[in-house]
Amino acid sequence: MRHEEDFEANLAGEDGKSEETKNSWFKRIKKGILTSTAEKKETPEGLWSKCPECGYICTVNDLREQLFVCPKCNYHHRIGSSEYFEILFDDSQYEVLFEEIRAKDFLGFTDLKSYQKRLEETWKKTDITDSIRVGKGKVKGEDLVVACMDFEFIGGSLGSVMGERIARAVDLSIQIKAPLMIICKSGGARMMESAFSLMQLAKVSGKLSQLSDAKIPYISFLTDPSFGGISASFGMLGDLNIAEPGALIGFAGPRVIKETIKKDLPEGFQRSEFLLEHGFLDFIVQRKELKDKLATVFSLFKN
Amino acid sequence: MPQDKNRQYLEFEKPIKDLFEEIEVQLHNAQKNPKIDYSVTINQLQQSVLQKRTEITQNLTPWQRVQLSRHPDRPYTLKYIDKVFTDFVELYGDRNVKDDKAMVGGFASLDGKTVMVVGHQKGINTKMRQYRNFGMANPEGYRKALRLFRLAEKFNKPIVTFIDTPGAYPGMEAEERGQGEAIARNIYEMMRLKVPVICVIIGEGASGGALGIGVGDRVFMMENSWYTVISPENCSSILWRSWDQKEKAAEQLKLTAGYMHEFGLIDGIVPEPAGGAHWDYQESANNLKPFLKNTIEYLETLDPETRIQQRIEKFNKMGFWDETKS
Ligand SMILES: [Zn+2]
Repeated sequence: MRHEEDFEANLAGEDGKSEETKNSWFKRIKKGILTSTAEKKETPEGLWSKCPECGYICTVNDLREQLFVCPKCNYHHRIGSSEYFEILFDDSQYEVLFEEIRAKDFLGFTDLKSYQKRLEETWKKTDITDSIRVGKGKVKGEDLVVACMDFEFIGGSLGSVMGERIARAVDLSIQIKAPLMIICKSGGARMMESAFSLMQLAKVSGKLSQLSDAKIPYISFLTDPSFGGISASFGMLGDLNIAEPGALIGFAGPRVIKETIKKDLPEGFQRSEFLLEHGFLDFIVQRKELKDKLATVFSLFKN
Repeated sequence: MPQDKNRQYLEFEKPIKDLFEEIEVQLHNAQKNPKIDYSVTINQLQQSVLQKRTEITQNLTPWQRVQLSRHPDRPYTLKYIDKVFTDFVELYGDRNVKDDKAMVGGFASLDGKTVMVVGHQKGINTKMRQYRNFGMANPEGYRKALRLFRLAEKFNKPIVTFIDTPGAYPGMEAEERGQGEAIARNIYEMMRLKVPVICVIIGEGASGGALGIGVGDRVFMMENSWYTVISPENCSSILWRSWDQKEKAAEQLKLTAGYMHEFGLIDGIVPEPAGGAHWDYQESANNLKPFLKNTIEYLETLDPETRIQQRIEKFNKMGFWDETKS
């Protein structure tokens, strides 16, 4: 059984026990991807990875060849927006949009640190600008707008920037008549933005209804983990809701549920397969089949 | 103003309790010594009670306001329905799984005008609190609410929702039946309802569980209610890694009606009686009623498309960010 993850630490802007923070190799290749465009697929020789599920050991380069899916047990390693964009878009060509929209500490929120300081530290640490990036490119020749979350940015938390970037992604989809896909990977709300964070659920829902009026397909792609406000809004509002295998998806986090019912949770609870059986997913898709399957789906919508 | 024997007091309400006890003593004395006139003393004490109530309201910390929003004597949804409306016909069930007791609703008359009222319901005593699941709705509660919204829309009746929840229920079955999806669906559908929608936070407005019946043309907060993305306790446990920082969390979250109004996230604050809504249910209801009547009257002058457009626009403006030149 997989170790239990507590993604609340990530929401607090700290390194949790989650995969990418545990494995330093992941950070190093991430830096590589984002800092050097010329040799972005180069990972330093001799970096090894160990599958958290089955213990299989291989080089990171080999794992990359497998799209970060364990060749032995099919465990889908947690990856970021750059990896998804490269997997999805033709020739790994895409344009990243709305990066100029940046978080600020409007409320002057301070917990153990000020939100402003946390933001600055995270910007420095991750080289990404917030918990979601919007990419525009082609999938098998057809335009697609993808808004993809990055868990490493304060646990992929939902704040004003995520809301506004999605809102603009919706406008762009309508403008260029291209489908929208949101790749969800988030522990929940950006608490440091308090009620503003909550209102993003309503904001994005309103925008999605405009997309719906324009009859443009919206796909919610849920990956590990997708919790809280994500599942209580756009995460569950796709024309299709799809997920990666084994992803943990839910409204309340496992810790909170366990504390409420004072019992251990059954094996497989809140995993993609569980959601599919309970009727909340259209299908589960292997990362390796994602691009082909999406292309088929979009052509079915279109023709 | 006699003391209600069943009245419950929060810690910072203790001075009021002391005054009432003093009044009791004086009343007892008056009975024992009918020849002495205690009326002046008693009158003065009663004046002091009112003064103390006013004082308390004026000096509340955010955390105390959270405590007041959870006051065991506080009026809940059915109380407001009783005091504001007439001819309430309660409607049960989501037509699917069951009837969720944490969510109530039905048609009612607002001075002759039919509206659909839906709200979270907390229990008024230990037994009822269990029965109402402490105001924490399950997916069927949100789906029941949506069923009633649709019913209202069909017959062109305005909708009033009362929000009072510590959060949507975080249970196993709630997850199995799609708590996230149920709330998401409501938020989405409420955005598009063709009839006027007014939401009032009457007590606790915690997170998605609150917003699940909280998308409206106008959103009001009672003076001593709170509204944000997480309860101060849970916020403390996640961000401070301890349950002890709830006061600080309440402060940092800026969750009170005053802040929410200042931020433009709500449209108005309904004043409460001195000391809080629990001191006078009728006065609280009387304060709220004109907000509802005037707002409905105004919203009905707009056509549905305009209302929906403005509703989407209103929520679309919410958020703060910097926009750097790239
Ligand atoms: Zn493996």
